Amino acid sequence: MSTLTEAEAPPPLAPTAPETKPPRKRGRWTPYWLLLPGLLWLIVFFALPMIYQASTSVQTGSLEEGYKVTWHFATYWDALSEYWPQFLRSVFYAAAATVLCLLLGYPLAYLIAFRAGRWRNLIMILVIAPFFTSFLIRTLAWKTILADNGPVVHTLNSLHVLDLTNWLGWTAGDRVLATPLAVVCGLTYNFLPFMILPLYTSLERIDGRLHEAAGDLYARPWTTFRKVTFPLSMPGVVSGTLLTFIPAAGDYVNSELLGSTDTRMIGNVIQTQFLRILDYPTAAALSFILMAAILAMVTIYIRRAGTEDLV
Amino acid sequence: MPFVNWLKRHLVVMAGILTLAYLLLPNVIVTVFSFNKPKGRFNYAWQQFSLDAWKQPCGVADMCGSLSLSLQIAVWATVGATILGTMIAFALVRYRFRARGAVNSLIFLPMAMPEVVMAASLLTLFLNMGAQLGFYTILIAHIMFCLSFVVTAVKARVMSMDPRLEEAARDLYAGPVQTFVRVTLPIAAPGIAAGALLSFALSFDDFIITNFNAGSTVTFPMFVWGSAQRGTPVQINVIGTAMFLVAVLITLFSMLVTNRRNNQKA
Repeated sequence: MSTLTEAEAPPPLAPTAPETKPPRKRGRWTPYWLLLPGLLWLIVFFALPMIYQASTSVQTGSLEEGYKVTWHFATYWDALSEYWPQFLRSVFYAAAATVLCLLLGYPLAYLIAFRAGRWRNLIMILVIAPFFTSFLIRTLAWKTILADNGPVVHTLNSLHVLDLTNWLGWTAGDRVLATPLAVVCGLTYNFLPFMILPLYTSLERIDGRLHEAAGDLYARPWTTFRKVTFPLSMPGVVSGTLLTFIPAAGDYVNSELLGSTDTRMIGNVIQTQFLRILDYPTAAALSFILMAAILAMVTIYIRRAGTEDLV
Repeated sequence: MPFVNWLKRHLVVMAGILTLAYLLLPNVIVTVFSFNKPKGRFNYAWQQFSLDAWKQPCGVADMCGSLSLSLQIAVWATVGATILGTMIAFALVRYRFRARGAVNSLIFLPMAMPEVVMAASLLTLFLNMGAQLGFYTILIAHIMFCLSFVVTAVKARVMSMDPRLEEAARDLYAGPVQTFVRVTLPIAAPGIAAGALLSFALSFDDFIITNFNAGSTVTFPMFVWGSAQRGTPVQINVIGTAMFLVAVLITLFSMLVTNRRNNQKA
């Protein structure tokens, strides 16, 4: 991705609809009336809460005596110095899951877009339908799949894969459950559809004649992929990686169900601080740090990937 | 080496099928274990075939209550988010107005925010307002995060719509209401339906935001979460299997209908 220079960046996709803006005389206020209810909802229940949270994060006090805004910015520093391992771990797990999703998801998206033929609709259904089984139920199923005496662990053990992953620190002893590997596996599984769908959308838009043209110019399949297909699918790659990385970094379900206390992510910390310890300022500061970190990373990433055609 | 060549040619297909297997494996496990008769409280190891759970899907205390609560919330969240989101989408595509960029960012941000951040900040608001946590706070939160997805889905469809169809309707003396109901709405319908379906799935399945803003109310995902600590009844797998089957059947059915309609037109 880092090799993608301005010159090689994919051209913006041609808009499918002709540009349509006949100036209308009537209804100058219509767009505002259409926007009003929905935007009010987002302002009151999305933007306003952020402001409340900002003010909470600089408050001091206790639950009994109440909190007051004292501009106590040290909360940020304390939270960061105490929980930086969980922050780092979240970024690392989310990045690993995103890379795995891309590696696993690309072939399937490619298969649906170009090779599936009459099976295309069926495969699409099979990709989307698991969404409707609660993701918690499916994540719990991974407990069965990765169980200590189960076939997966047994196979990995006899192939000596576990020796390697133990050495890398991804697993511990003869088990996969309650290790980083299990958490990353769960994250990858949970966010894979969010990678596949945007990839498929952008692959499907590619004109098949471009592949023929590449072939006519004596490009081998791999070269065609590297020079034509992959660059043209960049919008899908960018939005897929974002849709995977962002929720994965804030997730605490996988680490709670498949991991152990050694795999706690920042989401777990925020949840515990907010709902069990009831230390609202620290919880608010932590979620602001998470938000700022993600926004910063996403901005840099979008700049480098060179596309703003996201949603 | 013919085998290596064959493998090379079908590498993408093989890799894709393996990914599909990875995606579906948990669903297979959920289905298989819905026929299990577990020893003890947890349903993680296979013991014995049994139809008990399928005969009494509501045999667990509080489970079906939480299920029906989740369904109600999902329906209302879908209705709310679809109406509000469709209005915004039309305004964004069809009109030029000031602050369009700001509106677009406000729509985009909820999708680009980790759920736990939104969940925590919304709870701060509710605590500050002294709101009673429960059905309505969950519903408010769900409409909030489904809204952006509806806007995106409807926008995509309306953008690819040919405006000349509406001009033609006007030329044929259709009034604005008639044009909207007879021409615009039917063409936008697949986008609206996609947004609604997505809202329903997102709302029904949401755990993180709900967990923060539910108070003592228990939705189905929260019930599953709790049971992961206390002991998972087999009935959870029955519900999971049934949901998967219903989803597959509905999509297959809607595809058959669209295919038939397309064939009739041809």
